[in-house]
Amino acid sequence: MIRLAWRQFRTEAVVAVVGLVVVAIVLGATGPHLVHVFRTAPSQLTNTYRTLQGAAAVLVLVAPAILGIFFGAPLVARELETGTFRLAWTQSVSRRSWVVVKFALVGLVTSGVAGGLSLMVAWWANPINIVNADRFSPANFGMFGVVPFGYALFAFALGATAGLVFGRTLPAMATTLVGYVAARLAVTYWIRPHFEAPLRLSLPLSKLSGLGFTRSPSGPVTIGAIPPNIPNAWALSASIVDDAGHAPTARYLARVCPTLAGGPGSGAVGVTRSGPAPGGGIQTCIARIATKFHAVVTYQPASRYWPFQAYETALFAVVALALAALSVWWVRHRLV
Amino acid sequence: MTSAIDTQGLTKRYGRRSALSGCTLSIPAGKVVGLVGPNGAGKTTLLHLAVGLLEPSAGRIEVLGHRPAESSEQLARVGFVAQNTPLYASMTVGDHLRLGGWVNPTWDEDLALERVEHLGLDVSQKAGTLSGGQRAQLALTLAVAKRPELLVLDEPVASLDPLARREFLQSLMSIVAEHGVSVILSSHLVSDLERVCDYLVVLVASRVLVAGEIEELLASHHRLTGPRRDGLHLPPDWEIIEETVTERQCALLVRHESPVHDPAWTVEQLDLEDLVLAYMGREATDGHKQGRTLVGAHS
Amino acid sequence: MIELHLEARSGLPPYQQIVRQVQRALRLGVLQVGDQLPTVKEVVERLAINPNTVLKAYKELEHSGLVSPRPGIGTFVTATLSDGSFASHGPLRQDLLRWLAKARRAGLDDESIEALFQDSFRASADQGVA
Repeated sequence: MIRLAWRQFRTEAVVAVVGLVVVAIVLGATGPHLVHVFRTAPSQLTNTYRTLQGAAAVLVLVAPAILGIFFGAPLVARELETGTFRLAWTQSVSRRSWVVVKFALVGLVTSGVAGGLSLMVAWWANPINIVNADRFSPANFGMFGVVPFGYALFAFALGATAGLVFGRTLPAMATTLVGYVAARLAVTYWIRPHFEAPLRLSLPLSKLSGLGFTRSPSGPVTIGAIPPNIPNAWALSASIVDDAGHAPTARYLARVCPTLAGGPGSGAVGVTRSGPAPGGGIQTCIARIATKFHAVVTYQPASRYWPFQAYETALFAVVALALAALSVWWVRHRLV
Repeated sequence: MTSAIDTQGLTKRYGRRSALSGCTLSIPAGKVVGLVGPNGAGKTTLLHLAVGLLEPSAGRIEVLGHRPAESSEQLARVGFVAQNTPLYASMTVGDHLRLGGWVNPTWDEDLALERVEHLGLDVSQKAGTLSGGQRAQLALTLAVAKRPELLVLDEPVASLDPLARREFLQSLMSIVAEHGVSVILSSHLVSDLERVCDYLVVLVASRVLVAGEIEELLASHHRLTGPRRDGLHLPPDWEIIEETVTERQCALLVRHESPVHDPAWTVEQLDLEDLVLAYMGREATDGHKQGRTLVGAHS
Repeated sequence: MIELHLEARSGLPPYQQIVRQVQRALRLGVLQVGDQLPTVKEVVERLAINPNTVLKAYKELEHSGLVSPRPGIGTFVTATLSDGSFASHGPLRQDLLRWLAKARRAGLDDESIEALFQDSFRASADQGVA
């Protein structure tokens, strides 16, 4: 049965491996230069191979979805569409073995391809990641480490199960795309922040990356905080509160910053960044606010990067296994 | 001796629709069984139940004494060619033979190669480019080379031209002669099956109308023509399958156990097609009034 | 070896057609004692018919003592039907040909001739039985 599953999947596997080799050649040819720039002029790194950086990021990001769509969705759906499942299920192999072997073989190859791709890009982008010190942020967390293995397993299992349940390839492909994107977003913004309770950090307003003021159409002004840059940590939120934990009221802001409240229109009226002050009026009002208020930042520290990688990989792998179990059940109890 | 197929009240429902209702059959092993009925009568459902692709909603089915597909041993004992002979289009003839060996411990490679050579199939040709007749022959080869005790073929010749149809049936019969395998094959045409089968099952509108040895069926059914007589007294063992009454004449198609002695009747032999059509006609006109399932006596 | 064939609309069951063809071959001397009949597999492969049909025909021929099976080899002719009667075929055939010519001269077409022959044949057969 393994040989049959392999024979059916051979072409796709070869295409995937050829793709990996091409990526390896491109990255291998350009990687040493990145290291050279890192040693000589690290500030220039982000501008070196800009297009390639973007392309590599997109590739790693979409690889699980692509593999789920093209390896997962047709895996069983194609057999159901062409009727060959009737040929397969009447050979001397139980359909349970048939579905288990197919899922295991193709699932592992898929996971290996996506994970391998991520490892290669991680090797290549290592100098950039060291300089940026931003691996925990939502944009980067899913690209490196072990999570791509889990994502690919999940996307594959989702595609294969959808194909089995719908019995048609195209709807299964669409489901895979939508389901994968939805799952990634949901986990990134709703679940990942809660793997462990975030740490809190109180600090004076001057330590923030910046402050933002916004005025609504009716007049009142609100103030927002831009979290400080903690290397390789994931800042979740930043808020401005007084010692009692209350945010500044609109009335208070109007009083300490009359220049803001008096102006016409609505929207963002001023943003400060650490560095040269954009305007004297705003600086004065910030100084006034800072006497009474401070900032509270919640974040996941850099030390939790690998535990979080493990949790998230396990989460996606478990869901993938559950989908595979559903498929085995479906093949044995629903398609009869 | 175990039956090839044994069913008791076998029923398959999809939601409220019945694809097969209360099918009770006992088909002895060693037969070539023709399963005849119009399209949509439930032939495919019955065959899929027999090979374990489907499971019954109610009732029981045993194939060669076991539940279909209950184990890989049982799967190995039954060869199946599905309707439209599905094959992996992108794989070659040779690939199909290899995969047959991979998934069947009882695979007879010599037999497979010999058949492919005899049929003149090119092992390097993609299955997707084969003609209908070649596809059917390759599918039959796959089913036969696992050396099953029972071959189940779903409409194997329906889509073939007359020459390919004949070649397929020749192949099939020579396999039966050589390996003594039991066969059940379906068709919506009686004429396809007449010569190759020795047992017939007629399935109409999800019910078995008649089943039995073809020879016994032909011996026990006759067309009788005689003058019209009102208040006709027929022997108790006669069952009227079809009745045509004109002003003067009365023509009956009857099933009877005892020979017809009354000299008033002209007795005519039936051919298989007449017989099957008569049963189908009866089902269409008054199937709901009469006892619908009539199962032949089996030894 | 003889070639067997089937007629779709003969009205006779296939096994009887085989029996009759073998009998005719024996009668006409096409098959002699010691000749082999085609194997079941050969017949089946040629005619696309059920092997049991051929087996049944051969069994019937065996019962009437015309052939006997040699296990593993085939079925062989053990008796012939042509013996004495075959010699008289010639003159009878001449008579029949003369009669056919006469019927045609009388204006009968083929169908009428056949009907007349069948009718007389049956009448004479009935007399024979009675």
